[in-house]
Amino acid sequence: MSGLVDKTIAELRDGFRVGEFTAREVAEAYNGAVAAARTLNAYTVETPEDALAAAETADKARASGDLPPLAGIPLGIKDLFATRGVDTTAGSNILKGFKPRYESTVTANLRRAGAGMLGKLNMDEFAMGSSNETSAYGPVISPWRRKGSNVALTPGGSSGGSAAAVSAGLAPGVTGTDTGGSIRQPAAFTGIAGIKPTYGRCSRWGIVAFASSLDQAGPMARTVRDCAILLEAMAGFDAKDSTSLDLPVPPWERNLSSNLNGKRVGIPKEYRIDGVPAEINRLWDRGIEWLRDAGAAPVEISLPHTGYALPTYYIIAPAEASSNLARYDGVRYGLRETGDGLNGMYAATREAGFGAEVKRRIMIGTYVLSAGFYEAYFTKAQKVRALIKQDFRKAFESCDLILTPTAPSAAFGIGETTDPLSMYLNDVFAVPASLAGLPAMSVPGGLDEDGLPLGLHLIGKELDEQTVLNAGLAIEERAGFTARPEKWW
Amino acid sequence: MSVTFEQVRHIATLARIAMSDEELERFVPELNNILGWVEQLGEVDTDGVEPLTAVIEQKLRLRADVVNDGNIRDEVLANAPDAQHGFFAVPKVIE
Amino acid sequence: MADAAASYRIKGTTGDWEVVVGLEVHAQITATASKLFSGAATAFGAEPNTQVSLVDAAMPGMLPVPNKECIRQAVRTGMALDAVINRWSRFDRKNYFYADLPQGYQISQLYHPLVGEGEIEILTDEKDESTTKRIGIERIHVEQDAGKLMHDQHPTMSYVDLNRCGVALMEIVSRPDMRSPAEAGAYLRKLRAILRYVGSCDGNMEEGSMRADVNVSVRKAGDELGTRTETKNVNSVRFVMQAIEHEARRQVELLEEGGRVIQETRLFDPDTGTTRAMRSKEEAHDYRYFPDPDLLPLELDEAFLDECRASLPELPDTKRKRYEGLGITPYNASVLTAEVETARWFDALLDAGAEPKQAANWVVAELFGALNRRGETIDQNPISPAQAAELLGLVADATISGTIAKQVFEIMLDSGEGAAAIVEKRGLKQTSDTGAIDAEIDKVLAANAEKVAEYRAGKQQLFGFFVGQTMKAMAGTANPQVVNERLRAKLS
Ligand SMILES: [Mg+2]
Ligand SMILES: [Zn+2]
Repeated sequence: MSGLVDKTIAELRDGFRVGEFTAREVAEAYNGAVAAARTLNAYTVETPEDALAAAETADKARASGDLPPLAGIPLGIKDLFATRGVDTTAGSNILKGFKPRYESTVTANLRRAGAGMLGKLNMDEFAMGSSNETSAYGPVISPWRRKGSNVALTPGGSSGGSAAAVSAGLAPGVTGTDTGGSIRQPAAFTGIAGIKPTYGRCSRWGIVAFASSLDQAGPMARTVRDCAILLEAMAGFDAKDSTSLDLPVPPWERNLSSNLNGKRVGIPKEYRIDGVPAEINRLWDRGIEWLRDAGAAPVEISLPHTGYALPTYYIIAPAEASSNLARYDGVRYGLRETGDGLNGMYAATREAGFGAEVKRRIMIGTYVLSAGFYEAYFTKAQKVRALIKQDFRKAFESCDLILTPTAPSAAFGIGETTDPLSMYLNDVFAVPASLAGLPAMSVPGGLDEDGLPLGLHLIGKELDEQTVLNAGLAIEERAGFTARPEKWW
Repeated sequence: MSVTFEQVRHIATLARIAMSDEELERFVPELNNILGWVEQLGEVDTDGVEPLTAVIEQKLRLRADVVNDGNIRDEVLANAPDAQHGFFAVPKVIE
Repeated sequence: MADAAASYRIKGTTGDWEVVVGLEVHAQITATASKLFSGAATAFGAEPNTQVSLVDAAMPGMLPVPNKECIRQAVRTGMALDAVINRWSRFDRKNYFYADLPQGYQISQLYHPLVGEGEIEILTDEKDESTTKRIGIERIHVEQDAGKLMHDQHPTMSYVDLNRCGVALMEIVSRPDMRSPAEAGAYLRKLRAILRYVGSCDGNMEEGSMRADVNVSVRKAGDELGTRTETKNVNSVRFVMQAIEHEARRQVELLEEGGRVIQETRLFDPDTGTTRAMRSKEEAHDYRYFPDPDLLPLELDEAFLDECRASLPELPDTKRKRYEGLGITPYNASVLTAEVETARWFDALLDAGAEPKQAANWVVAELFGALNRRGETIDQNPISPAQAAELLGLVADATISGTIAKQVFEIMLDSGEGAAAIVEKRGLKQTSDTGAIDAEIDKVLAANAEKVAEYRAGKQQLFGFFVGQTMKAMAGTANPQVVNERLRAKLS
């Protein structure tokens, strides 16, 4: 039943409930698709038996009646989430073979909702990257190709395996994490939807930390509705995370509505930057018209500190990372290399265990926190971050949500971008919302002239995921984005 | 500010990452390039601005003093590269 | 002022040197069952790595959640030291690599500690009430303890036990206000007493629940502060005093030989009483402190602070002054308040109706004497405050004499019987019956005719002999005053 892998989560859920097909058939279809797509390198671990076990439970439950929300839905899980007994490596050699004896809160929530696991998804090492090229498992190959070319493209990153899996039909939905665009940029590159909720909506407990004040988990799926369904299952208060928001999870799916009457859409003039391809700005204008058509009123807004968001991010994120990654020392888990004494062991282990980009960020982070530089770099960045948050607060006095492009370009070729700074620029539109902890989503808007997907980016007020999802739905209905990558793998 | 070879060596030591002189050499221009870029924050007037302390305004919750964890030595040691007699073993430390 | 201690000087070849001491005391919050940021137990002496949670072991993705009782105990401690309690404080990460530090950082408080400035009043000469001196407290911050390393289990490996890792500590940082080993000793004993009164820390230095980092520098009187060294984790008052003594002499010799003191971390060796530079922490330190992004700022409301304040017990100084107000001598008052258990027992004795002055003298002289002989602590003491009050009552109302009281007390210690019962059974009641006393006196005088003659001839000092003989004859039960009166009458 290969048609199953073309269905949305909502369709699978409902079709399974009315008995069109069994959960086992769904799991088998996806297990087969996963096994047949290894050339994409999207999965680092395949767990077909896990997906089948969950399916069996679902099929039994269906017979007996009451079903949890994700019964019969198999999902792909980013390798950043701790999964009990299953390799959890954050795409890094330093965690090779690490099998946690615990389950992250988010994946535990998904399992409680009935979901099964198809496997662990490839990603940039410790989520540090925008192209999935920093993974210790090698890059993920995007299922998308430029018209008339077979140059291997990146799916974006860091949730590159997640994005590739959804767009290639290797999972109906997946978990991702977003520190500075890691859900939204790959979603845009692969023509799928992905949302980063308000900071604190999803527990960080059991998610390998990159930058604690920015990390947020979120879903990636083919449709806005599927994102709402998954986010409802993933989110929720967790006493084990001191930054978790103690609030009920709204019924986002039930409240989905593409009617935006009375909503004001902010269009930040600072996001019109040089060097962005004209077709991206054209798509942005089309997006404005779609939202107007849905009843919203566009208003120009100003986010004056936008230009400083990336440098701010590249001080704060590496600083937190340099400290968060200190625990990978070869003592309690993961890789250990021997060296001269304890310090020699540390240095040899971390030299062998970390890849170039991770080392680069640890070096930057260590430097900006070091004696004599802390005030000039870290404290300064936290002040600018406060100003960026204030920009949004002010802007939201005159609008209810913000529309921008998701990324400044379409997917690029593997190995095409070698200079770190130009790689960092991929997240120029995504990072401000991360620094402010705001909910933000990427939805497919169309294809560029090479036939590659482009995404539109919606930023909402704190805790207002609903408006973001509703606007995403309005765009989805109007963009009519149905393109799928042609199967070449 | 621009970093010197010696500073880069010091940072690598602080970060406990072994690096050859060649690697350190390569890092000098690379870090300077990135640091030079982030230093544009110097243009921003932040006088009287409080550094951000909480991304989303909320109060720190405190937990009740109950013992509800521990006694899981096997789980704690399960992934250890070298565990002996219930301890983690590391190369001898001289204090 | 504290002349005795202020005059403490290291005699060098170039003259006298003043010693400047500051202490950073790490006091474990022993009042809590679980750790500062995890639900693992804190009990001492458990099997290695059994009191370790995934958080303590710094497994990937684990997060800290603060323990309310740890914060409460640190606040109560700050209040007991008359310190500023900061309504807004924050946790910072202190980054460094070591085998006993799984996270690669210690969660501590550098920029915004929970407790600010306070002070402790010490006696620089504990025998002399007039030698009070105030030692400033700079701050108290709350932080995680590290794990334990064992170096002697294996020839080439060190073993790591994380049971202590994450246990809550209060780091109590003094000003460099101490000028001698004796002052440092007095400060530590006083701090320990206060912590034990408050109940936040049991002050058990053997089990490591109180350790001091000793900062020492020397200077010629009136000079600027010299370069200090920090001798880490010294775990007894005596050792702290030794460490200061040795470190001060070492620095003086160094300086007089034309060398210079380098700011460094040192270790104390209890066997030799000396300090040495720490090898493992040689490479330049740069802790890269920054606010812990896993935790939010800690904000305390008034209700919480009010409860902390209301729950504080009467503290040693207040208690001592109260005792002095009851007519107890300053010396007895300070002895009775030095240890919280003693003070608790003594308060119970007063509640049982004992007269304060008499009770204080008796506890300090008789009870402590007996406990020392028997090698018992006040808590192992077989005599309850009520029993002691009964005994003291019999003396007070002259039912028995002080001398008889001593006998009765010994019998009580061995038999556990009550004082009145003992006096009754053994007929130890004091008698003022002049008839009986006269009869005995007559016997004594008759038996010592020539001494009577010498007395009458002017050898007055013999009077005591007749008193003694009479008392002896009556097994000590005679009222001494009556015996005196009757003897004078008969001998005049
Ligand atoms: Mg210290
Ligand atoms: Zn400390």
